Amino acid sequence: MNTFAVERKIAGWHIFVAIFALSLGILFGPLQAWEHMGWNTYPALQAVGLQSYYQGLTLHGVLNALVWTTFFITGFLTYVVAKSLNRGMTFPKLSWAAFFVMVIGLVMAAIPLLLNLATVLYTMYPPLQAPWYYYLGLTLVVVGSWMSGWSMLLTWNAWRKDNKGATTPFLALASLISMVLWQICTLGIASEILVLILPWSLGLVPGIDVQLSRTLFWFTGHPLVYFWLLPAYVSWYGMMPKQAGGKLFSEPLARLAFWLFLLLSTPLGFHHQYVDPGIPEGWKFLHAVLTLSVFFPSMLTAFNVVASLENGGRARGGTGLLMWIRSLPWGDPSFTAQSLAMIVFAFGGVGGVINASYNVNLVIHNTAWVPGHFHTTVGTGVTLTFIGILYWLIPHFTGKALWGRKWALWQAWLWTIGVAIFSQGLHRLGLLGAPRRTMLGVATDNYGTPEWLFPRLMTGLGGTIMLISFCVFLLVVIKTMRNKETAQVEMPVAEALHHETIPAWLNNWQPWLVGAVVLILIAYGPMLVQSIAQLQMTSPGFNGLW
Amino acid sequence: MIHVHVYEKWWIGLTVAMLIAFSLAIGVSGFMMGIQLPSPEALVNPNTVAKQGDFANPGLKELAPKKYVAYIRAEANPWKFRPEKIEVPVGSTVTFYVTAVDVQHGFKLEGTNINVQILPGQVSKMTATFNQKGEFPFVCTEFCGVGHQNMFGKLIVK
Repeated sequence: MNTFAVERKIAGWHIFVAIFALSLGILFGPLQAWEHMGWNTYPALQAVGLQSYYQGLTLHGVLNALVWTTFFITGFLTYVVAKSLNRGMTFPKLSWAAFFVMVIGLVMAAIPLLLNLATVLYTMYPPLQAPWYYYLGLTLVVVGSWMSGWSMLLTWNAWRKDNKGATTPFLALASLISMVLWQICTLGIASEILVLILPWSLGLVPGIDVQLSRTLFWFTGHPLVYFWLLPAYVSWYGMMPKQAGGKLFSEPLARLAFWLFLLLSTPLGFHHQYVDPGIPEGWKFLHAVLTLSVFFPSMLTAFNVVASLENGGRARGGTGLLMWIRSLPWGDPSFTAQSLAMIVFAFGGVGGVINASYNVNLVIHNTAWVPGHFHTTVGTGVTLTFIGILYWLIPHFTGKALWGRKWALWQAWLWTIGVAIFSQGLHRLGLLGAPRRTMLGVATDNYGTPEWLFPRLMTGLGGTIMLISFCVFLLVVIKTMRNKETAQVEMPVAEALHHETIPAWLNNWQPWLVGAVVLILIAYGPMLVQSIAQLQMTSPGFNGLW
Repeated sequence: MIHVHVYEKWWIGLTVAMLIAFSLAIGVSGFMMGIQLPSPEALVNPNTVAKQGDFANPGLKELAPKKYVAYIRAEANPWKFRPEKIEVPVGSTVTFYVTAVDVQHGFKLEGTNINVQILPGQVSKMTATFNQKGEFPFVCTEFCGVGHQNMFGKLIVK
């Protein structure tokens, strides 16, 4: 039997860097939340080299949203693909090379971040200008993640040759779709950095086109959230039903949801640019409709995953219309963390429809509502799911029993309570007109109202609870790594409820890839041609504003 | 064809109906009722816009009674809108033209649907009518440096 020792090692190192980045990045979260409450700790932190709120905010965004997610996902999916195909990586050296490219990139980006030379937030909007090696470092992180994806695809290709005509197992297919989506959508940020930003930050050209750089950024920026989300869906569809004691309700529709994400995730970036002056209303409306259409696979997921959990609840003896929920394994931290992540994510989904809604978005665009929103999605839907995955994955990799089951349960519940309060605060502040990415404690004295006070306090309190929850998580991880008690924990793999033949159109890349490219050409092609025709390389860089 | 449970068919139908309803609602309100988004107005050179043209002397200009245009420049270091204060009589319709001379900024006017990204090189245009007396802050909504939180102005409706 293959024990996948190599893949464990590859995934383990990715996940180690991911947890390290998250631990560092998350420390800044409460500092922001406390500033909103009116307690600015940054002046005191200058002694340790931290210059400003905005440096902390940049570190928080880059380390949590980019580094933690990308490293976790590439590591986790490498392992899932190998296990699901029951086949080790065909070229493990490629996966290792990918890891080292990502680490080198991370170090190159981390140095200017820590030296306060790259306080440009994670969106790095020009003409704010960081040193060229910061951008190159981020590029290497992305290139490394591509290489991880290539390694998975080559392994699948080898598997296919040995299994002619066979249907790719769900977990492998879903993982591969996530990685291919990433390959397609990162073409935007790759061209932004390589064509526009690097020549400009190296001083080879005097100016940059600001509007075009935003368009290229958001070409990647929204599908990025599906790159975060789909690995969580891999677990929700393909693993959690097993953990709940049940089976996957509809495997064909689970596959359909993933194909639809591949098809629809990219041609909708303008919804991040609804208020940009350089894009006509008609194109924004087209992207609005396409954004709403991604609601469709999300709703498929909501039904299918909940039905699968119901199947588990009933298999465990649950009855009644809703009372089966009580029969779910709420004593299992992995299950509980992911279920709570799902519930919080559902609220994020509803808020997301508001963000997507073209002119309704005017009320909340660029306000504190937006970080309120994405802490329910990537900050909890994704992050708490990954934490839940780690509660089985670390024992599975190390052979050590999970330490402190009750502590881990508390961690999941505390995070959920914390984010509920924290996000409520930010959503309310947004509706009251408070901008995002702003020292709100100071802004309150400038243009705030007394109504801001209560939600500011909610943000501070919620953020504090989330910090406590994260400390508990680290305690559980460290104690588990040092645990003397051993355990045999398997990777949960859910079976399908009905053994159906998967039709060819749900096992064939071609129609979905062609469709994705066509949609991208329709949604982006004409605007990109026009932007290039009227290219405005006029904005010099600014690097002394922080 | 794949097997789909009858409840799931209902669920899919409901989802499609919601999506159509949402799209219609935003489409009708946007294109028939005029609740619109910013769209391309003019291109400018950010390096010279403060020295020549409409933005060299920013401020309010009266076109007709109760009908105004306001030219506003967004600037970092010091972080300011120029002008910082605009006064109009109640019932006025004001069209704002805003641009940036350096980095990206934002412009959100409380109590209205005016919420726009301000980019160097682009002119952002928005219009609103003010039927209520009071003071409405307009604030910068995009990170533009360490003074970002101090960047705001005031529209006074008298």
